Amino acid sequence: MAVISETVKPMNGYKLHVVKTEKYKTNTLVWKMKAPLEKSTVTLRSLLPHVLQSSSSSYPATGKLRAYLDELYGATLFVDLAKKGEYHVITISVEIANEKFLSDPTPLLKKAFQFLAEILTKPNVHEGAFDPDTVEKEKRTLKQRIQSVYDDKMRYSNYRLVQEMCKNEPYALHVHGEKEDVDSITPQSLYEYYQQALEQDELDLYVIGDVEEADAEAYAGELLTFEKRTPQAAPSSPVNTRESVNEVREEQDVKQGKLNIGYRTNVVYGDPEYYALQVFNGIFGGFSHSKLFLNVREKASLAYYVASRLESHKGLMMVMSGIDNNNYDQAVSIIKEQLEAMQNGDFTEQEMEQTKAVIKNQLLETVDTARGIVEVLYHNVVSGKEITLQTWMDEMDKVTKEEIAATAKKVSLDTVYFLTGKEAGK
Amino acid sequence: MEKITFDQLQEELYYEKLDNGLDVYILPKKGFNKTYATFTTKYGSIDNHFLPPGKEEFIKVPDGIAHFLEHKLFEKEDGDVFQQFSKQGASANAFTSFTRTAYLFSSTSNVELNLETLIDFVQDPYFTEKTVEKEKGIIGQEITMYDDNPDWRLYFGLIENMFKNHPVKIDIAGTIESISHITKDMLYECYETFYHPSNMLLFIVGPVDPDQIMSQVKDNQSKKDYKEMPEIKRQFEEEPPEAAEKKKVLEMNVQTSKCLVGIKSSTPNQSGKEMLINEMSLNVLLDILFGKSSEHYSTLYNEGLIDDTFSYDYTQEQGFGFAMVGGDTNDPDRLAETLQKMLLDSREKGAISQETLDRTKKKKIGAFLRAVNSPEYIANQFTRYAFNEMDLFDVVPTLESITLEDVENAAGNLISEDRFTVCQVVPKK
Repeated sequence: MAVISETVKPMNGYKLHVVKTEKYKTNTLVWKMKAPLEKSTVTLRSLLPHVLQSSSSSYPATGKLRAYLDELYGATLFVDLAKKGEYHVITISVEIANEKFLSDPTPLLKKAFQFLAEILTKPNVHEGAFDPDTVEKEKRTLKQRIQSVYDDKMRYSNYRLVQEMCKNEPYALHVHGEKEDVDSITPQSLYEYYQQALEQDELDLYVIGDVEEADAEAYAGELLTFEKRTPQAAPSSPVNTRESVNEVREEQDVKQGKLNIGYRTNVVYGDPEYYALQVFNGIFGGFSHSKLFLNVREKASLAYYVASRLESHKGLMMVMSGIDNNNYDQAVSIIKEQLEAMQNGDFTEQEMEQTKAVIKNQLLETVDTARGIVEVLYHNVVSGKEITLQTWMDEMDKVTKEEIAATAKKVSLDTVYFLTGKEAGK
Repeated sequence: MEKITFDQLQEELYYEKLDNGLDVYILPKKGFNKTYATFTTKYGSIDNHFLPPGKEEFIKVPDGIAHFLEHKLFEKEDGDVFQQFSKQGASANAFTSFTRTAYLFSSTSNVELNLETLIDFVQDPYFTEKTVEKEKGIIGQEITMYDDNPDWRLYFGLIENMFKNHPVKIDIAGTIESISHITKDMLYECYETFYHPSNMLLFIVGPVDPDQIMSQVKDNQSKKDYKEMPEIKRQFEEEPPEAAEKKKVLEMNVQTSKCLVGIKSSTPNQSGKEMLINEMSLNVLLDILFGKSSEHYSTLYNEGLIDDTFSYDYTQEQGFGFAMVGGDTNDPDRLAETLQKMLLDSREKGAISQETLDRTKKKKIGAFLRAVNSPEYIANQFTRYAFNEMDLFDVVPTLESITLEDVENAAGNLISEDRFTVCQVVPKK
């Protein structure tokens, strides 16, 4: 039996993905809009879904719109933005109770489709412009959202690392856009961009739950129709090639230093070495049995958190840790030693098998949630590949020690970023 | 083994109290890959003043010791338990709250093996002076991390304002100073007091066979020799009803201010059905007042006083309770003032309509269905409810039964100016 059974149907202007499963008490619709990440559109795209979700032509006030969702047994409406490699992805999701588990048997699924269609295609627009009040309020909130990264030092240091490491690459852009570009957006310019996005973005609709495929197709076909398009591919961006490691130190009034280290993996999702890269990352710093956890935390007692994670579509690996301001040199050298150990094949069969088992477990757990299913499947849309979860796990099983060491050798240190407190010693 | 069926939700729950007093619950979930198990003791950061078994005198232990014990239980003579779980394809974790310490794993294979590991590692402490000292560096960094986190400081600052004596006001991890006094003997003393099976609950949810799992747990427990334990004696100082401090302002390295308004509960000694109705009524009340469909939310949002970090919550456990409302804001003083006025006004007759109540109840019922998609939610919340003598699966019937009078009563009991307090984080000048 397949781990996930996904059926994909081409519709007008988008693809419909249905995953039928009986394990949830709710049904979930996830709408994705993908376009290349660009300075000129990133802020518009960050604002757009927030304006769309706050009112529509039938529900011109947010309170009314939200009251309607409450009536539908607290259906949730949720918007989100993400960077996937050099793409900017808007997500709008609606989750609604399956009436099978309610004492009131009124069917709800079609209402969820109607609501999503309302939000997407019947916005609160007059004479070629979004409602000015709504746009003003959402601009204000967007500025606060962009600014809030500064107050969360863990997020801030990660954001700063990416900014320094990917300078002059689109990936350096903030996922919520640029604060200085918010003011110039008008209700007209946003509406123009909305039309452009619906014409040009790559669009996908995922339906997850105890849903008949034919019903999903009928509702989607009736309610959501767009023009055909050829989705734009992100231009291959110039990659910084460094002659020496880029070291950045920033001083702020913080008690704990934040050490964030960026590497280029030179491997992306869909490459033959991608599976070895996953196992490499797992042994190196992905889990609580990893080399980083054991050596930085358990042996040297330097940190509470230390981990590495991959950005699969951009080909980055990021190490993050919170350490005492005075322990910078020791932490950096331990982390460097662990990468060298990986490159020299200095890890056991057992570490490898353990890591494969844990990654497999993680994947299977991810697809126990509707959102997790969509995230796993959407990798294929971003990369233009067709890799099933089963293939993923089978290929990973075959990875050898030699392949892992060879992949580790492709990983190169790019930037070391340190956010340090003011009272730091030498 | 008892079987309890929930027809509307289409779930079955299996239960047995073992001879040594351990409560075991199993909820089979078809179609899921993952099995999730929690092994929880009714012991948290507030349990810092108690009578150890066989002793005559109450003792007070350093702040943060329950959390410290949680960390140290993972370390054994032959290495750490994380390693063993990952060899068996599982991921393990633990957390300490005000009233509970939970150990857990999730795995999609080797479920029986992992369950055995979970039970055995929690029931086999190994503390040495050396490993206790080493942990102080790690937990020290955990404490420093939270010190830099403005949301955490805001949350704890608010709780500190509310309580004069109750240990809920103590940070769960303690301070670098307080944990420096922890010794291996203290850890053993806490362990002997609170980790007896009769003070614990095991919950397993996933694609499992309940008969098989129950007999495995029974076999495991029958091999261990537990003496009968007298009831645990905890001591708490008298706590006045009003908030201890009216306001606190913390200057931090932030760009946006934050503000929370808190209300100390006047009914902290409830349990069972009474607590469930009160807790549900107050959660419904907060939703009516401040949910996204409320007039207040629109007013606050339109005036630019709140953004999408705005949230509200009511927490109650045996011995303490509080409500909190707020988030990031450009004008912390005006937000505090406006929220307090909105809360006070909600006590007036006719402030809440039947129609809004009905709509909010529907919303809450749907939210519960969404929540029970999650094995983590079921195991953790079921345990919390059980420790307070409530039943998680009573939530929907209780929600359906809540009347306007229930909500008005709960509001009348909770909302009073002398129990209000405010905490703010503002940018450093």
